[in-house]
Amino acid sequence: MNFDPRYSSRSFASVGTRPIRPDGVDKVTGRARYGADFNMAGQLVGRVLRSPHAHATIRKIDTSKAEKLPGVKAVITAADLPDLTDGDAAMYDILDNCMARKKALYDGHAVAAVAAVDARTATQALKLIEVDYEVLPHVTDVDEAMKHSAPVLNDSIFTEGVEEKPTKPSNVTKRSQYGHGDVREGFAQADYVVERSFKTEQTHQGYIEPHACVASVSSDGTADLWVCTQGHFVYRQHCAQLLGMEASKLRVTSSEIGGGFGGKTHVWAEPVALALSRKAGRPVKLVMTRDEVFRASGPTSATSIDVKIGARKDGTITAAEATLRYSCGPYAGMWAELGAMTAFACYKLDNVKTVGYEVLVNRPKTAAYRAPSAPMAAFAVESAVDELAKEIGMDPVEFRIRNAAQEGTRSSYGPVYGPIGIGPTLEAAKNHPHMKAPLGKNQGRGMACGFWFNFGGQTCTDLNIGMDGSVSLAVGTVDVGGSRASLSLVAAEELGIAYEQVKAVVADTSSLGYNDMTDGSRGTFSSSMATISAARNAIKVLRERAAQMWDVPVDDVVWEKGHAIAKGEKYGNLAALSLKEIAAASGKTGGPIAGHSELVADGAGVSFATHICDIEVDPETGATRVLRYTVVQDAGKAVHPTYVEGQYQGGAAQGIGWALNEEYIYAKDGRLQNAGFLDYRIPVCSDLPMIDTQILEIPNPNHPYGVRGVGETSIVPPLAAIANAVSNAAGVRMTHIPMSPPRVLAAIEAERGG
Amino acid sequence: MVEVTLWGSLGAIAGGKSKIEIEAKDIRELFRKLAEQYPGFEPYIDRGIAVAIDGVIYRDTWSKELPQGAEIFLLPRLAGG
Repeated sequence: MNFDPRYSSRSFASVGTRPIRPDGVDKVTGRARYGADFNMAGQLVGRVLRSPHAHATIRKIDTSKAEKLPGVKAVITAADLPDLTDGDAAMYDILDNCMARKKALYDGHAVAAVAAVDARTATQALKLIEVDYEVLPHVTDVDEAMKHSAPVLNDSIFTEGVEEKPTKPSNVTKRSQYGHGDVREGFAQADYVVERSFKTEQTHQGYIEPHACVASVSSDGTADLWVCTQGHFVYRQHCAQLLGMEASKLRVTSSEIGGGFGGKTHVWAEPVALALSRKAGRPVKLVMTRDEVFRASGPTSATSIDVKIGARKDGTITAAEATLRYSCGPYAGMWAELGAMTAFACYKLDNVKTVGYEVLVNRPKTAAYRAPSAPMAAFAVESAVDELAKEIGMDPVEFRIRNAAQEGTRSSYGPVYGPIGIGPTLEAAKNHPHMKAPLGKNQGRGMACGFWFNFGGQTCTDLNIGMDGSVSLAVGTVDVGGSRASLSLVAAEELGIAYEQVKAVVADTSSLGYNDMTDGSRGTFSSSMATISAARNAIKVLRERAAQMWDVPVDDVVWEKGHAIAKGEKYGNLAALSLKEIAAASGKTGGPIAGHSELVADGAGVSFATHICDIEVDPETGATRVLRYTVVQDAGKAVHPTYVEGQYQGGAAQGIGWALNEEYIYAKDGRLQNAGFLDYRIPVCSDLPMIDTQILEIPNPNHPYGVRGVGETSIVPPLAAIANAVSNAAGVRMTHIPMSPPRVLAAIEAERGG
Repeated sequence: MVEVTLWGSLGAIAGGKSKIEIEAKDIRELFRKLAEQYPGFEPYIDRGIAVAIDGVIYRDTWSKELPQGAEIFLLPRLAGG
């Protein structure tokens, strides 16, 4: 725990190079094993019965007919998952979401589950389960849900964070507020004020791999879970708590992951699979269909946001204010609060105020989605910023540069910034050739900034040196974007050996100490810190072993470029010992050589990005085409630049889909109408141009190499950058995401008509 | 003695104050004394409070020292994707 994480400037041999990822061949040849690729002898097929109603009381569930069907080995309801959460409200919500208890709270809410010998039998059994529902009035729209007349989802919810304690329950679980200064005074100083309201529709992360697991509970109470997750240690904790098990008796192995983006940060179906296995006495495989992923996993919030920004003629913002209403699904969250914290984080503001409202609706439980809540807030703020720049007559980039936060600025969420990269990303965007490229008819250019916090967390890593000198690196953060490659580079860098000499694996929960999940852009940031620490501990052992081999004091032995060297004239004749030579002798010098590390990686360092986008709009149909896209982002230090670029491109691609097409569409009956990729359209290759990237490296002072997280910030600016581009191309301000063809056409026609 | 700035909801628990002064050498002692002086803080500490020290956000390093004169800012524990 005496590891010093502070940054010091240095040159690198391995870090910053672009070797092939260790999991690459398996992934392109189909050998990689994802959640649904694992099988066990005698395994059963699990299926879940889901509510067809958006809001209904469950009067009674009769499973007797299903239980009698030949081939059915277990049927469970909420009664098989009793409440063991001991007052932990967040865990209770997760439990209730896994299996509805008293009420079904959204279309798709699980109410019962079956394990049977095959899929056909399991599906037949679901049809034999009789659920007596009392259908209740529902609400799916965030603004409607805030009205006094709206049906209340949970009558034990009284709004937190308001001065007077409410006397009546409501769907608003919490009000939060951030800011400083006096916005009224600030607006009084403004020569120009822009005030707009915006809406964004609910979107799904759209990970290609559905939730999948195989659970096996043994009669002695021990269990195994093979699962697709962003955090197998967290899944172990959740499942152990919800099933009343000791965590150490549940071994969780994470599979390869076909995308998560925040959607696989807490359990959904895994406790159900374990409960089925426990009841049936056999392993159970449970794989969600795409329909189930849309209806019953965790999309992001739908939002409704009001923004007001004022500025002087010289382009200085004098005041900024936003009210943000975010849907949470049927359970409390902190989604609007995150929007309120991040909304104006890019700017230096003397007077700023943001207010967030968390709103319950009859939709699936909202989950994190890559820089959760920040993209929608950035859409609203950056659209208004663009419009304000236009009113003042300033270039939108110059306007942002003039008002950009810098070291010493008090952030809109409170603390004063240290060294940050918003200014450099804006300068880089201003000077990028993209900004000067000509545009054609019906084409528009937009740009926008974005901010995300990033964080670290609990991390444990083992580095084992084999007798042949090869290095096994066992990490506990799931590899969601190439971290096994970047962590191998870091181990190679510290040990002074070749990248090819290192093999990184994601260890299971019985092989390593606890790790927080891979979220908050922490995978490479945290595990590289632990890897550096583990490698330095291994080097200490290597030096001791070399000292033994030479019979010299260990203090005279240093480690340089993969070799132990005896320092001092008296050792002039001693040839340096390589890692391989020391490893080969390890059996006679004290046994295996390893380095271990457990730490809390804190001080991740905030991250900024600026995006530029060119769009063509067809004024006859409202269809849009992305012509060119550029991402500029600060990485601190790009350990493996190719995968940093991949994160930048991936965030932009997801943002393009969110901005232009993706949305949950509910009918009046509260049922989701487009739970499939045919009707919920994510972008495919032919929809996207080559997404250009520019990596800036402003070192994070709290990491030995200066690394910052890079995974999330890239999805913050796209909604706004694209909205600004579409607005410029169409000649009308777009205020509703997604800007699907009908919505763009309606805006154009309204403008023509108006 | 360090000066600690509270975010909106926490201010209400501290009797409407947005800043409070506490004698604490590290985050652990800060949380302990907050809970002693303002029992309403306990559920928030259980849920998770992040501490920004001179702009750097710490979520779990309770041994982190609070330097004299540093800007100490309490924030809700963040969620990420």
